[in-house]
Amino acid sequence: MEVILSHYYDIAAVLLFGIGFFTLLLNRNLIKKIIGLNIMDTSIFLFLTSKGYIFGRVAPIVQEGITEVQAYINPVPSGLVLTGIVVSVSVSAFSLALVQRLYKKYKTIYLDEILVLAKKEEE
Amino acid sequence: MPFVYNMPFFSILICMIGGVVTPFFRNRRIVQIVNTFILVAVFTMSLVLLITLLTAGESFTYMMGHFPAPWGNELRAGPLEALLALVFSIVMFLSLVGGMRGINIDIRATRVSLYYTMMNFLLSSMLALIYTNDIFTAYVFIEINTICACAIVMAKDIGMTVVATIRYLLMSLLGSGFFLFGVSMLYAITGHLLMSNIQSAVIELIYTGQYTVPLVTSLGLMVLGLSIKSALYPFHSWLPSAHGSSTTASSAILSGLVLKGYIILLVKIFYRVFTPDILASLHVTDVIFVLGVLGMVMGSVKALKETHVKRMIAYSSVAQIGYIYMGIGLGTQVGIMAACFHILVHAFTKPMLFLAANGLIDASGHQYEMKALRGSARKDILSGIGFTVGSLSMIGIPLFAGFAPKVFLGIGSIESDFHMIVTFLALALSSLLNALYYIPAVIAFWSKPKQQALEIAVKTAKSRRSVCLLCSIGVLIISNIALGIVYSPIMQTITTGLNLLG
Repeated sequence: MEVILSHYYDIAAVLLFGIGFFTLLLNRNLIKKIIGLNIMDTSIFLFLTSKGYIFGRVAPIVQEGITEVQAYINPVPSGLVLTGIVVSVSVSAFSLALVQRLYKKYKTIYLDEILVLAKKEEE
Repeated sequence: MPFVYNMPFFSILICMIGGVVTPFFRNRRIVQIVNTFILVAVFTMSLVLLITLLTAGESFTYMMGHFPAPWGNELRAGPLEALLALVFSIVMFLSLVGGMRGINIDIRATRVSLYYTMMNFLLSSMLALIYTNDIFTAYVFIEINTICACAIVMAKDIGMTVVATIRYLLMSLLGSGFFLFGVSMLYAITGHLLMSNIQSAVIELIYTGQYTVPLVTSLGLMVLGLSIKSALYPFHSWLPSAHGSSTTASSAILSGLVLKGYIILLVKIFYRVFTPDILASLHVTDVIFVLGVLGMVMGSVKALKETHVKRMIAYSSVAQIGYIYMGIGLGTQVGIMAACFHILVHAFTKPMLFLAANGLIDASGHQYEMKALRGSARKDILSGIGFTVGSLSMIGIPLFAGFAPKVFLGIGSIESDFHMIVTFLALALSSLLNALYYIPAVIAFWSKPKQQALEIAVKTAKSRRSVCLLCSIGVLIISNIALGIVYSPIMQTITTGLNLLG
């Protein structure tokens, strides 16, 4: 119980990752799959940000002449999250463009129906 | 710092610049010349780097932006990395030249420059995966690699390829998600992103017995992510349609190179982050070994059932990836050497098979089914020879490239009885299965066509053979046989590289 209380960010991140993972893997709807992907990525960003934050400290911008290390947090995880968000956005945009193309061609966004239609088209 | 130390950074940068400027050229010819110039430049730089590092017998790390070790970003190069960069540039050039006719037919003229843009970014990301010393940089370039790889699949704009692309993309993104989670956990535990710093932290953690479960979890997530992306056996479902339906140059590059970039990153993580001793104590290599053996057998079984020639070659890639993973899973130095050598062998053989298959498909009037291709090798003799050499190499006949890695896999396995028995059985079974689907295909291609097929052939006999295809298949055949006969200097280079990697 104590472990759960002290690690609730990690647990939330893992739960969200699971939700996103199964949505991406099992949902038939392509748009929902991409939403699942976004949930998955966001959970990792939650994990990284929570690991990078220490309660009561601030971002390492020197103010009022306070220079001791104990006042500030490590800025690298936040930087990593920013990079990750950029990557995630571009990947989502690319996937949505693909889904749009598939919808124009097959008039549906359900992957199983698209697979059937594509197989028919090939024959 | 010697000037030659800049070569890894320059070769990544020149590909990126090439990718950025290529869309501004509308003329196809100019785009191809720019691309050739970039590939030749990367080839020259990698060759210079390889020769310098081999004669000096050293490796180096290169600071990006003059920030020292714990904070800055680093590249790292040794003989192994330089050799791989060299091979990647050669194979990409040959695939693009050989598949040029396919590119001109399959891709709309206005989009050819975008296709070459993707190629340049793809090469830059693969070079970055080879050279980087920072695992978060590796993640970013994995994503660039994924987008480019999907884009070159869907460049042939028909329904099948778009469907194949979305399946490929979704599986790849799942893999990237796992890899990113693994990297985040590793960073949270160790507090470092550079491989050498993580390694010292990991050794200390293992030694003191702290955080063992999170460490194993993060390693597992990274291995899982990379094996999804490189199509290790149970995660291969996306591969046949993506590699089988795209244009020839894309198929050749995807099978020959893109899968390998991830495997090389995995080898680097194994050697430079988690040392081989730690991996063996955590039993990670055993899991990889079992999956590799399963892949060797099941990939071939699937290929046996396939009648679409390009999909058959694609399933054969699943089997060959199984060989590479089995070599890594043996957990011995010789095993990993064999895996690295097989990466090179497969990089030279699979593009040749795809190009030759494309020549045969053209010669028989754009038929993809095995039956329709009967007798096609008689019409396009060089493609026929290319397919035959590739098949013999994949089966593992001596004097062809595929023979040496099998021998070294055998040698690498004799340290433990269990590994030895399983490896020898798997090698025998897999070679037999390879022979079972390649040999009938080769015989059918060379035998006399039936009457009905002749009529189709007469209609399409006018399609002229392209000189580019002939040249590139010729070079690939020669390099394949050369790899099969003079393998010891290359093995020597790989050994030196691996010793410096640790």
